[in-house]
Amino acid sequence: MARLADWTTGEAAIVYQSCAACGATQYFRRGFCASCGATDLREFRASGEGTVYATSLVCRAATPETKAHVPYNIVLVDANEGFRLMAHGDNDLAIGDRVTVRFVQFAGRLVPCFAKASQPDKRER
Amino acid sequence: MSYITGVGLTSYGKHEGSSSLDLMSQAAALALADAGLARGEIDGILCGYSTVSPHIMLATVFAEHFGIQPSYAHAVQVGGATGLAMTMLAHTLVEAGMARHVLVVAGENRLTGQSRDASIQALAQVGHPDYEVPLGPTIPAYYGLVASRYMHEYGVTPEDLAEFAVLMRRHALKHPGAQFHEPITVADVMASKPVALPLKLLDCCPVSDGGAAFVVSREPTNAARVRIRGCAQAHTHQHVTAAPALNKLGAEIAIAKLKAATGIAISDVRYAAVYDSFTITLAMLLEDLGLAARGEAASRVRSGYFSPDGEMPLNTHGGLLSYGHCGVGGAMAHLVETHLQMTGRAGDRQVRDASLALLHGDGGVLSSHVSMFLERV
Repeated sequence: MARLADWTTGEAAIVYQSCAACGATQYFRRGFCASCGATDLREFRASGEGTVYATSLVCRAATPETKAHVPYNIVLVDANEGFRLMAHGDNDLAIGDRVTVRFVQFAGRLVPCFAKASQPDKRER
Repeated sequence: MSYITGVGLTSYGKHEGSSSLDLMSQAAALALADAGLARGEIDGILCGYSTVSPHIMLATVFAEHFGIQPSYAHAVQVGGATGLAMTMLAHTLVEAGMARHVLVVAGENRLTGQSRDASIQALAQVGHPDYEVPLGPTIPAYYGLVASRYMHEYGVTPEDLAEFAVLMRRHALKHPGAQFHEPITVADVMASKPVALPLKLLDCCPVSDGGAAFVVSREPTNAARVRIRGCAQAHTHQHVTAAPALNKLGAEIAIAKLKAATGIAISDVRYAAVYDSFTITLAMLLEDLGLAARGEAASRVRSGYFSPDGEMPLNTHGGLLSYGHCGVGGAMAHLVETHLQMTGRAGDRQVRDASLALLHGDGGVLSSHVSMFLERV
């Protein structure tokens, strides 16, 4: 199975897996499909577009690296491709907003950060 | 059949200089004395974990320290659901004839044994190591996500959530062992520092030192007649990213299984002990369990329904939110208080009728659930 690089390894991309046997999609990478157990998985780069499912603005962080960033918005986004992911988001996001991803530096890592799709915000934090 | 024959609980808050083993030992000694049992009569030990003093064999570390050589012993780890999961296992072991008296014990110096940052950081690791933790979430953020969605879907307001913090604090004021002794108002909760919005400081349980223990026995050992009537679990996911829809969470699955297995209806329940790590946790679980209709738990708090003299007294010791949360022992305090209520020993917190109690624990991010009915016979 071809393994695509994504943000968890420092690449500006969101990657998901799709099962050739049952069609299920999954976000957490595994060597098998968590729905049916088949090992015939394909990996794809996601479009980076989706809809906000939930938000929480973190105002109290626990490490020196993350404290430097407060407040920062943790969001769950339902990707257009049919999986859910956790990411950062602009502080003004609301549930149901259509969003597009960009990638920003956070605590020494590259992380996905979503902004409203209608008013793209390209500023890096 | 199994009985809870003895309970033990330390005060929660600061126990400067006490180790996790010290707190476990204190609670265990209280539980044995309450059951009227000697150490040599305990033939099973189940214990929780300690984030301050992690060990791959905590049950035998404790057994040696406490002076017991059990025929059955190991630790259990299901996050906040651990206490009730251990109780369910003790019940199963006793029913199967594997043990006569199982000591269930947990304790941790989580407040004074490590920095608050270290506690927050340790707990955040329930998140996915690759896909969640690098984003800097905290336990309040995981629950903050759930809260935002629940409030969106069911029209629950921040003021609604604040009611649960106020209720738990009011209950804690009557318990000398509680961590907090100052009354609070909805306005205080609303004005408290933001932690992970929509959750503010007073929406969150504290970090505490403390210990709790009980004995689960095949036969009563004293006048207490508190029987474990039935238990059920459900585990739908680990990470909040992989959680099912709000109407498909484990609490609803566990309570449905428990009701089917026992023939007991929610209308039969007289006392409720429900996990309350955050105000949103308590609001959601009460509604998932059927103790209030969707979106209406807060109005039941306002009307006095969950007060000691109300129709469904709830966490009369103050819960995790105000009695305190020392890890596994945190939710075990709910069971200790339930036992005191069921045996008429709750002093000026005593409710009129606690003959049938519903207990519910939650671990992870609404990941692992245990529901249980206790019955006075």
